[in-house]
Amino acid sequence: MMQNDNPFLTRLDWLSLALLAALLLVAFPLGLDTFRLNLVGKYLTYAFVALGLVICWGYGGILSLGQGLFFGLGGYCMAMFLKLEASTVENTKIQSTPGIPDFMDWNQITALPWFWQPFHSLALTLLLVVAVPVAFALLVGAAMFKRRVSGVYFAIITQAIAAIMTILIVGQQGYTGGINGITDLRTLAGWDIRTDGAKLLLYFVNAALLIGCILVAQSVRRSKLGRILVAMRDKEDRVRFSGYAVASFKIFAFCLAAGFSAIGGAMFTLQVGFMSPSFVGITPSIEMVIYAAVGGRTSLFGAVYGTLLVNGAKTAFSESFPELWLFGLGALFIAVVLAFPDGLAGLVRNRLLPWAGRMLARGGKPAPVRPGMVTK
Amino acid sequence: MNATPTPAQDFLLSVEDLTVSFDGFKAVNGVNFYVDPNEIRVIIGPNGAGKTTVLDLICGRTRATAGSIRFRGRELTRMSESDIVLAGVGRKFQNPSIYDDLTVFENLEISFPRGRSVWGALRFRRDAEVRDRIHEVAEMIFLKEHLQARAEFLSHGQKQWLEIGMLLIQDPELLMLDEPVAGMSVSERKKTAELLNRIIRNRSVLVIEHDMKFVEDIAHRVTVLHQGKVLSEGSMEHVKNDPKVVEVYLGH
Repeated sequence: MMQNDNPFLTRLDWLSLALLAALLLVAFPLGLDTFRLNLVGKYLTYAFVALGLVICWGYGGILSLGQGLFFGLGGYCMAMFLKLEASTVENTKIQSTPGIPDFMDWNQITALPWFWQPFHSLALTLLLVVAVPVAFALLVGAAMFKRRVSGVYFAIITQAIAAIMTILIVGQQGYTGGINGITDLRTLAGWDIRTDGAKLLLYFVNAALLIGCILVAQSVRRSKLGRILVAMRDKEDRVRFSGYAVASFKIFAFCLAAGFSAIGGAMFTLQVGFMSPSFVGITPSIEMVIYAAVGGRTSLFGAVYGTLLVNGAKTAFSESFPELWLFGLGALFIAVVLAFPDGLAGLVRNRLLPWAGRMLARGGKPAPVRPGMVTK
Repeated sequence: MNATPTPAQDFLLSVEDLTVSFDGFKAVNGVNFYVDPNEIRVIIGPNGAGKTTVLDLICGRTRATAGSIRFRGRELTRMSESDIVLAGVGRKFQNPSIYDDLTVFENLEISFPRGRSVWGALRFRRDAEVRDRIHEVAEMIFLKEHLQARAEFLSHGQKQWLEIGMLLIQDPELLMLDEPVAGMSVSERKKTAELLNRIIRNRSVLVIEHDMKFVEDIAHRVTVLHQGKVLSEGSMEHVKNDPKVVEVYLGH
């Protein structure tokens, strides 16, 4: 019958993908100066987190208020490599122990701690950037979901873990750089990441990785696993009594979200040139949930637009009214929850597309819009 | 009927000395019953007799305080819910439990017995076998015309049928139904009885039902529960004439 109803990308998905690719890969690089483009690149690293939240929260119904943790872990892994590369004996000869990161020397540490050792290798670092946060998510997920911790309890625990991690990083400044984070990063395998050319290239790498992650998320979304996530969000018991080990599916969604966040974190470190605990804790974690909510929590593409919109607004407003910004953000979140529960994607899906359909219909035959749950 | 203890393997399901206590209150208290292959067993009893709790115990939703539940020789009381399903036990809940955000087709597809692990679900392909089976079942449950509709738009009766269809696709050896015709209109009730009569072939069924006409139509044997204990057991005729049963239940 009509059963090829599950293509990898629907026509609307193709259109959305093309639009996003044109915006990120052509319009922004052509229309913005290096400084603004680098800023957009920084915002886009948060979009990885929002994308993970779409799968984990939007589809799976698992609200994590601690995604900054995974963003931070990925970012710190990258920063540790860059810091070691910047801390050659040559560069640090004024320290009492040359060859170790400067903040260690300031904290009377005389040898590189064991957990810093793997970050001498770029290949190992690239692996650990994803592996460390995913392994941590696996641990937290297994501990929580096997015990059937869910909903608001899970959200609170993730928030607590993010807070604990911040305190740990700030407290152990000899090993982590403390409140200042890991700064003064210079080169990646000998390539200076601070130049305009490097920033432009990193912007493109970041945009390409983001699109790649969207495609990975899309392949999960359209697989049976994606439908099981939706089913679980709705009737967890029915899924369980249909023969699925619900906890494993939740762990998978949580780990996938952690993996995406970690890639974003590593790209943040590369583009911005430092990593600090202010991207790990509760505030950034909640802000990232707002990005996903504004974009539309079941829309992969919406996550990117939501992130860009909120951050664009943040930059614009906080330049003029810095003290009002947080109230603005709070109001935005309330407005989205009350008035537009499907966010930007919902507006496009329910208002703009039907309107466009009617406009087109005047010229030709009516363009049908499929109701129900589709990504924008 | 179950007076002489027989080796458990002879029965599909053997429930022995099953007890569950909630804060000292024994909702199910030393229950014994045995279900043969291809038997249709109906559990009746007044409200609070422990009927639903017995089904919850068998499918692993509630953990037994004492006693054993053996299904084809395997002890279910220590297995996880999903392993119990994989062993061949299916459960329909009292209120229709379906996925509102998915289409009827997708609802049925999730119960198709393949790709139930994380990797299996990622690799799962909607091939001809899956589609044919879903169409076949959709026809049986009167939802052929609604395959692409979102489940939330179905009527109450249609939702009940959809959940029965999900269990059909799952193809369990023991099917447990909790009040399958409750809340249905007369015509829906008739269609459901017809549907159940078709699907109960080649499997054992454990049904909780209050509708006595319906029970008489389908039951091979009836177990009457009262205050967590088995009050009487046997054919419908036997149970109906049991003075203890008349007193607590049928007499009202």
